[in-house]
Amino acid sequence: MVEQIPNINLAWLVPAFPLLGFLVTGLANKRLKHNQAGIIASAMVLLSFLVSLVLFFVLRASGQNEATVTLFNWISIGGMNIPFAFLIDHLSLTMMLIITGVGALIHIYSIGYMHDDGRVNSFFAQMNLFTFSMLLLVMGANYLVLFIGWEGVGLCSYLLIGFWFKNPAYNYAARKAFVMNRIGDLGFILGIIVLFFTFKTVTFSEIFSQAAGFQAGAPVITLITLLLLVGAVGKSAQIPLFTWLPDAMAGPTPVSALIHAATMVTAGIYMIARSSILYNLAPFTLNIIIVIGLATAIIAALIGLKQNDIKKVLAYSTVSQLGYMFLALGLGAYSAGVFHVTTHAFFKALLFLGAGSVIHAMGGEQDIRKMGGLRKKMPLTYFTFLAATLAISGIPPFSGFFSKDLILSKAFEHSIILYILALGGALITCFYMFRLLYLVFFGEQRLAGAHPHESPKVMTIPLIILSVLSVFGGFLNIPSLFNGDSKFITFLQTAVVSKASEELSHSTEIGLILGSLLLLGLVIFFAYRTFVSKSIIPAKDEEPMPFFSKLISNKFYIDEMYTAVFEKPFGFLSDFFYNKVENTVLDPAVDEIGVTTARVGALLRKLQQGNMSFYLFAMVAGILLFIIFILIV
Amino acid sequence: MNEITSAIQLIPLEHYIVLSVTLFSIGMMGVLFRRNIIAILMCLELMFNSANLLLAAFSAYHSDPSGQVFVFFIMIVAAAEVAVGLSIVVMMKRNVESVDINLLNRLKW
Repeated sequence: MVEQIPNINLAWLVPAFPLLGFLVTGLANKRLKHNQAGIIASAMVLLSFLVSLVLFFVLRASGQNEATVTLFNWISIGGMNIPFAFLIDHLSLTMMLIITGVGALIHIYSIGYMHDDGRVNSFFAQMNLFTFSMLLLVMGANYLVLFIGWEGVGLCSYLLIGFWFKNPAYNYAARKAFVMNRIGDLGFILGIIVLFFTFKTVTFSEIFSQAAGFQAGAPVITLITLLLLVGAVGKSAQIPLFTWLPDAMAGPTPVSALIHAATMVTAGIYMIARSSILYNLAPFTLNIIIVIGLATAIIAALIGLKQNDIKKVLAYSTVSQLGYMFLALGLGAYSAGVFHVTTHAFFKALLFLGAGSVIHAMGGEQDIRKMGGLRKKMPLTYFTFLAATLAISGIPPFSGFFSKDLILSKAFEHSIILYILALGGALITCFYMFRLLYLVFFGEQRLAGAHPHESPKVMTIPLIILSVLSVFGGFLNIPSLFNGDSKFITFLQTAVVSKASEELSHSTEIGLILGSLLLLGLVIFFAYRTFVSKSIIPAKDEEPMPFFSKLISNKFYIDEMYTAVFEKPFGFLSDFFYNKVENTVLDPAVDEIGVTTARVGALLRKLQQGNMSFYLFAMVAGILLFIIFILIV
Repeated sequence: MNEITSAIQLIPLEHYIVLSVTLFSIGMMGVLFRRNIIAILMCLELMFNSANLLLAAFSAYHSDPSGQVFVFFIMIVAAAEVAVGLSIVVMMKRNVESVDINLLNRLKW
């Protein structure tokens, strides 16, 4: 037993603060004044962040790599013993710092963004509940505590997507997200059941120490990892369950930034990275992850090319980036995946908040064809958005460069085809991001009558902080190529067991980077010529398009396909059961039983005439019959 | 006690049985065919006591005192039953000015 680290028990405070915030803002919903809820909620998340920082330094000072904080014994039946415990190690600390740090900034931003909304207090209550659930998810020391958080974030995601529930389309989007996530959750919970069945425990450390006894490719491990993967695919919006994420943009923009970009959608990646020991034993599952990740990265990027809603572009870009993280996981480079989660949290949150700032300024307009020329009107938003765009495109020295380059070089080690496909996806990403940037901020203003203005300080300060993180976040992990020591990867190595791989030689790496930089430069130049010099505006929805672009702008008809394959047959089956089975068999049968009983009753009623002599006679006759019956039988 | 038992055993068991069955049948016929509620109650008592008689006789012949104990219980129950039954008769007399049970024909749905 390792000795207890002093002060590590503070860990319970981290989720406790947002929970308290949720209770206060949720219960005193009607009593709080208009902006109090936002201030309370932001303060709670900020406190959580500070405690996480303290924990980080406490763990560092102790010299140990992990600590388990048991709050109480949760389930204890027979041989099953599940404590409600938190695991504080380098992986969970990284996630906690992202969630509370980026979360606090987004909370503060929301004070400005949601200022005019009538239900702003409920909004902050739900945001705090989300933060609480997400912290539970990453801090849990066993799969069940993780699962509570997993379901909690799903619920909050549903609530917040449907926050403006008066619009039926938004409700539909919320429902879609919920149902899609349920499909994934089914796989996840089945995975947990098989895990418990195999290892007789759900605690991470016990499972991972027992897993050493299994051979690589053991069928039960492959089954477990596949089932867990189904959960991760649902939560992290990968093919085939990715269609909910673009629709989830129905929620307020800070929600998109917090839940559908920075934190919740990375839960699947966290879970797989956490289970890295199991996944290392299942090469088959890893190959499936590579295929899913790469396909998602490229298909989502292609769809992103033709989207005209500022948030939809970012949504598809999120799906695509999540695909890259999956690719890293599939290659066994779990820490590279988590590193991309970190940098992605910075720049994607920034992009969404910037988009929110633009939407705010345009009075709710989200169509990029109607924007343009905002560079002069909103300089702060423009510069922060530019920083994030450079970061996501992978231009050095911005943060996205380091994380994406790490994944690309891992892909190159695996096979050259993977590298080319992944690089192609990155180039498409670069193109649609610059298309977005040019259409929104360059050229002339195209929406008549709008008076865009820079957002208030409460919104721009989080933007500035996030842009600093987006620019410099990559320096957390400077590879040996640039005389760095890969701090972040080494830091995670104690919690996440990545597959060993030989390092690329520095000359190859320099060649790859220069090649991709050249291509990125060409793409940016091409985008500039198309959208700024020639100022081509994407066509209106009604105009006819060539086949391929029509295919892309209709999102490869995936939604329509799901409707045809699942919804239609299911609806047909329901109709059949309602019209044929329910209305012609079940209903009449039940009715007939009732009617018959009533008829027999009416018949028997005639026997009861109120004549007492008759009753007595019937009684005696009955007794006599009874006696005769006994005597005979 | 022994004298009573031997006295009972002076008469053959068959006689007790015949007497009891006769009494029981008279009581049953009375219950079925009389219309006066007081007469019906009396006939009920007759049936009770025929059963009691038989219990006492069997008890003596089998040398088992529990049959006689049972008789006492039946007497107590009969006393309670009479108390209830007679009070019903009193209420009936007050309400319908008669003791004919055929007048009580409103006890139906």
